[in-house]
Amino acid sequence: MNYHWDWQFFFQEADDGLKYYEWIVSGLGWTTAVSLASLVVALLLGSVLGVMRTTPSRWLVAIGDTYVDVFRNIPLIIQLFLWFFVVPELVPNSIGIWMKQDLPYIVTAVVGLGLYTAARIAEQVKSGINALPRGQRFAGLALGFTEWQTYRHVRLPMAYRIVLPALTSEAMNIFKNSAVTYAVGILELYFQYKQIIEKTSQVLEITIVVTLAYFTLAFLMNRLLAFVEKRTRVPGLIAGTGGK
Amino acid sequence: MGDFDFGIIADNWRFLAEGLRYTVQVTITAMIGGIVLGTILALMRLSSIKPLQWFAAGYVNFFRSVPLVQVILAVYLILPLLLQFVTGKMIPIGAENSAYFTFTIFEAAYYSEIMRSGIQSVPRGQVGAGYALGFTYGQTMRLVVLPQAFRNMLPVLLTQTIVLFQDVSLVYAIGATDFFGAADKITQRDLRPVEMYTTVAVVYFVICFALSRLVKRLQARIAIIR
Amino acid sequence: MRKSLTVLALCLSTIGLSAPAQAQLSGTLQKIKEAGAITVGHRESSVPFSYLDANQKPIGYAMDLCAKVIDAVKSELKMPNLEVKYQAVTSQNRIPLMQNGTIDMECGSTTNSIARQQQVGFSVAYFITSVRMGVRKDSGVKDIGDLNGKPVVTTTGTTSDALIKQNEKGKAIDVKNLYGKDHADSFLMVESSRAAAFVMDDILIAGLIANSKTPDAFAIVGPSLRDEPYGVMLRKDDAPFKALIDKTLTGLMKSGEAEKLYTKWFMNPIPPRNVNLNFPMSPVLKAAFATPTDKGVE
Repeated sequence: MNYHWDWQFFFQEADDGLKYYEWIVSGLGWTTAVSLASLVVALLLGSVLGVMRTTPSRWLVAIGDTYVDVFRNIPLIIQLFLWFFVVPELVPNSIGIWMKQDLPYIVTAVVGLGLYTAARIAEQVKSGINALPRGQRFAGLALGFTEWQTYRHVRLPMAYRIVLPALTSEAMNIFKNSAVTYAVGILELYFQYKQIIEKTSQVLEITIVVTLAYFTLAFLMNRLLAFVEKRTRVPGLIAGTGGK
Repeated sequence: MGDFDFGIIADNWRFLAEGLRYTVQVTITAMIGGIVLGTILALMRLSSIKPLQWFAAGYVNFFRSVPLVQVILAVYLILPLLLQFVTGKMIPIGAENSAYFTFTIFEAAYYSEIMRSGIQSVPRGQVGAGYALGFTYGQTMRLVVLPQAFRNMLPVLLTQTIVLFQDVSLVYAIGATDFFGAADKITQRDLRPVEMYTTVAVVYFVICFALSRLVKRLQARIAIIR
Repeated sequence: MRKSLTVLALCLSTIGLSAPAQAQLSGTLQKIKEAGAITVGHRESSVPFSYLDANQKPIGYAMDLCAKVIDAVKSELKMPNLEVKYQAVTSQNRIPLMQNGTIDMECGSTTNSIARQQQVGFSVAYFITSVRMGVRKDSGVKDIGDLNGKPVVTTTGTTSDALIKQNEKGKAIDVKNLYGKDHADSFLMVESSRAAAFVMDDILIAGLIANSKTPDAFAIVGPSLRDEPYGVMLRKDDAPFKALIDKTLTGLMKSGEAEKLYTKWFMNPIPPRNVNLNFPMSPVLKAAFATPTDKGVE
């Protein structure tokens, strides 16, 4: 193969005065920021939706179910485009202008990725709650807890621990999915990957480095959550030991 | 912006339909190819030969750790370099063809995990029964284990295929004209993002929602038979 | 082996011998001969050089010039039925795609720069552009200085990208950089008031403005940041193919045919909306037609 290997270029200065490896570091920073912020949004909203779908209220269930159906059945990149290009045109003009000119792009990206992932988390939380024996709710109610208190003190603490392995894989997915936010102007790792290819054409080196970077992120996330899982394991449950 | 212009969709429906056809073609190709390749990987993973296990595990973990959109671009740029290395000739592949290949090898990793749990869901005794009947390993797998694994996992395989159908939209990254790519190209030319992106979102939703309902019903039926 | 063939072909062409067909073929010409096909890289929104018409087929001034080059390739290889394939490219992927053999020549709006010559080859220039700013008239932006603190978009991977970064330093103004995937994407950001200005080759901005819903709402402002020559992009060190392209283009320029094509695309209504760019030939371009050159900028 007459490919010209060159590992030195990472330390060369690009036309903005930074070195190429610094582009990668900055991309890693944005990837991490977008992913973690989206994860927080997704966990909060996903938990609320998941709980709604297990309540006795038919309305709350319908809202939760509709949300999950809508957000799971439209591709992520299109959802991001809807938030970025379409929503600002549908709201009143002054708000639209504000969204387009003053709202930092990372907010749009986090909303898009967070709401998308929330639908998946809602599924996990729901199945976690439904996996609990009905008796736990009744026991809570018998103790004089309100419906909400049975969630707060009895069911959710158990449900989270049961679905933690599934949440781990969603948390790892969010790092991978964050690559798509390049399409709405986030200068994250994949954007920098494309940029460096254009500037240097050293496709193989940069692919190796960026792939390793994504590996590392996935691995760190996995280890972090494995640690959490270990600390929160429910003694005596098979489900609590799953996921490795 | 109260001027939602449906005319633009009417004017371009043929181009959009072409894009949708390509999306469906990639989905079906990658589904068939991915399930075949994924089944082979699953069998390797469950075999008693260590190097095969390692290879399959490495393959699956590799593709499950990298963003699909990066793989799409990397394959598009690197595959011709590899072919040139092997054949000594420059062989143009093109964005559209490159995507068929990428999705097949990428989805194989995901299908393989599904097939693995499908195979593991078949009671061990059935393998023994196969051998007792004088079947070889290949016959036992082909005639006894895989059909059941496949049937048990059919809903999950189809759900993964719906995900795949959505993921094809990422070929946007290499400028291939899938359904979303077609809409994006019309947007670039006519500057009507609101109409185009909304239409694509609605069509995707209708198709994927209908398919996922079908899968749910299938799941219920399979559950009853079992 | 390959290299020696290239050198041989180079020697033959410099002493004016027309190479007796097959034996001396090398590089791209050999690849085209073997594949029975040539793949042309084109753009999707480089109006009027290389863009998609109403039927999503690539058309434009550069595409017409390249059609002449393809004719020359056909007669050079004695393959009248040579298959012509088209591959859409973007600013970011065109160079890697050229290097990995996906495309054989790129006909779009690619600036011939010294930096790029490290990676690819260029034909003689068929257009000279100036880098300026496209703005909405109601934005109040008239000069580079007005951009301080504002979001400014440019297309990823283009030379303007580097220019604005340098200019940013020089003038000590602070802009928020945005990146469009392609020129239309960048223009869309200005159109929707997302970006205050689009820094790009003036002719490309003019093409986008002419094709927009409300051409009167936009203007091209500010000084020229730099003049840049466009060339047909080809693989690096491919002397025979470059010679063929240059010979064809130079011939068109000398015969006046290139100027006719210029009039067709820049001074007449063009598809898909039948707008007229009214962009007369600049003196620099006239000079470039009189004495064709493949010199890169910077």
